[in-house]
Amino acid sequence: MKIAVCVKRVPDTETRIKVDADGRSIDEAGVKFVLNPYDEFAVEEALKLKEAAGEGEVVVLSLGPQATQETIRTALAMGADRGVLLQTDLTIADPVAVAKALVAELDGGGFDLILFGKVAVDDSSHAVGVIVADILGLACVSAIGGLSIADGKGSATREVEGGVEVVEFSLPAVLTAEKGLNEPRYPALRGIMMAKKKPLEVKSVEVMTGGLEVLELSLPPARPEGRIVGEGPEAVPALIEALKTEAKVL
Amino acid sequence: MGNVLAVLEQRGGVLKHASLETLTAARNLADASGGDVHAVVVGPAGIDLSQAGAYGADKIHALGGEGLELYQPDVYTSAIVDVFSNGDHSAVVIAATAMGKDLAPRIAGRLDCPLAADVIAVDGGDKIVVTRSLYAGKVLAKIKVVASKVVISVRPNVFTATENAKAGTVETGSVPEVERRANTAEIKAPESARLDVAEAPVVVAGGRGLKEAENFKLLEELAEAFGDAAIGASRAVVDAGWRPHADQVGQTGKTVSPPLYIAIGISGAIQHLAGMRTSQVIVAINKDPDAPIFKVADYGIVGDLFEVVPKLTEEVRKIREA
Repeated sequence: MKIAVCVKRVPDTETRIKVDADGRSIDEAGVKFVLNPYDEFAVEEALKLKEAAGEGEVVVLSLGPQATQETIRTALAMGADRGVLLQTDLTIADPVAVAKALVAELDGGGFDLILFGKVAVDDSSHAVGVIVADILGLACVSAIGGLSIADGKGSATREVEGGVEVVEFSLPAVLTAEKGLNEPRYPALRGIMMAKKKPLEVKSVEVMTGGLEVLELSLPPARPEGRIVGEGPEAVPALIEALKTEAKVL
Repeated sequence: MGNVLAVLEQRGGVLKHASLETLTAARNLADASGGDVHAVVVGPAGIDLSQAGAYGADKIHALGGEGLELYQPDVYTSAIVDVFSNGDHSAVVIAATAMGKDLAPRIAGRLDCPLAADVIAVDGGDKIVVTRSLYAGKVLAKIKVVASKVVISVRPNVFTATENAKAGTVETGSVPEVERRANTAEIKAPESARLDVAEAPVVVAGGRGLKEAENFKLLEELAEAFGDAAIGASRAVVDAGWRPHADQVGQTGKTVSPPLYIAIGISGAIQHLAGMRTSQVIVAINKDPDAPIFKVADYGIVGDLFEVVPKLTEEVRKIREA
């Protein structure tokens, strides 16, 4: 089974974000970057499927700046076989443009499955994997929380408001991973050592920026200062009164 | 600029409330450019579409066919793209629900146009400018559409659905015959009938302060007293296995904007705040007066949640039963 996992380098979710002096990008000074948390589920699922099949290859693909090599190495340390970095310093706001850049690499690669995290926690478009599938003309199930594959066919579950959809499909297919799909393994020391020797191909790419242009970034307005209505259960009536008469939500 | 195509969503033959918000956002765009709002809904026959006209649709395409009670991604995509291409349309607007988050990128991919996902504001005119929330709300981005067509998904609970009666002429039709590369076989109801945290008007959320999974029953009782509340959870308690991931609010969970959010025993880690700071009213109950959650809360009670919450439940029950 040949599986591609597309990953992204993103700021850690515990990081405080500052806007750069140019007003259109974030200040990366002091920001810790990590493998997008949802991509960890995709990598884990690829490794499990390869292990279950007893053969195959897991290829990690990413689009990003040179430092993305570290992100790919993290996935290699988890157990993926090799990596490909499509190197660009451009930050692309349009997920369709990102998808096209990935498709150029994925098309004709002979992958049985192409996995993504359901969303990147930086720009939260929830879109690139689905667009890749549509351009390649492949079956796609997004935000999957469960997966079973046998004899070239698959069944996946995805959570929707107030229910769980069961979706059937044939391989090859594109799937995007929701949290809870599995428990991602931590790279062991041996995996980290081995990852340094695994092949990581870096290709410089010319990418189109697509049809969205970032005009300005700003911090969200601070919420108006609230107040402590009191201490302990005795404060509950004051809270109820405030919710009824001030906030008018009761 | 042409007309705006609003994609409506139905469940069990009933339009979802988010679809009315979609119409309001579509109306804003159309009015700014002098176009019409065309709506499209895919689903079984007999959907009540009177609200679509009342909320601003000039025309509604109701497309039916075999087995469309469930969301069938490939059929829906082709059907909507056909409607878009057969008329003078320049934008698609859709709600960023579970369906919309899956469908919007398919439509954008097929139309080969940009996708502005999960936007929280739209500004029409010569060039469309949208506002998106990045890093789960830590940064807001104003983004200009520099293309002749665009797909825009709008975050639920952000646009206020506004009545704006238009003709609402319904044209019925059939979906095109297309290969179902992925087939939605069934939708399983969840074990409990509780509302989804992303849709409920009241969210009662718990964190590590609950001490153990069983104590979430205090929150369930409070949610029940409200009647229209969903349970939310911090990442810490989801990672500990106390609550399902479906309940998680935050950067690696759901982003919610309910009218009322009650954070109980949640300290307020930055990644949690990112997911709920756009709630209209935030109440925090925590024993630590220095907890960061109080910085975003409108109303706070400092105290032992095991004493405060039962009292709150009792008071809410009195009001709701009155």
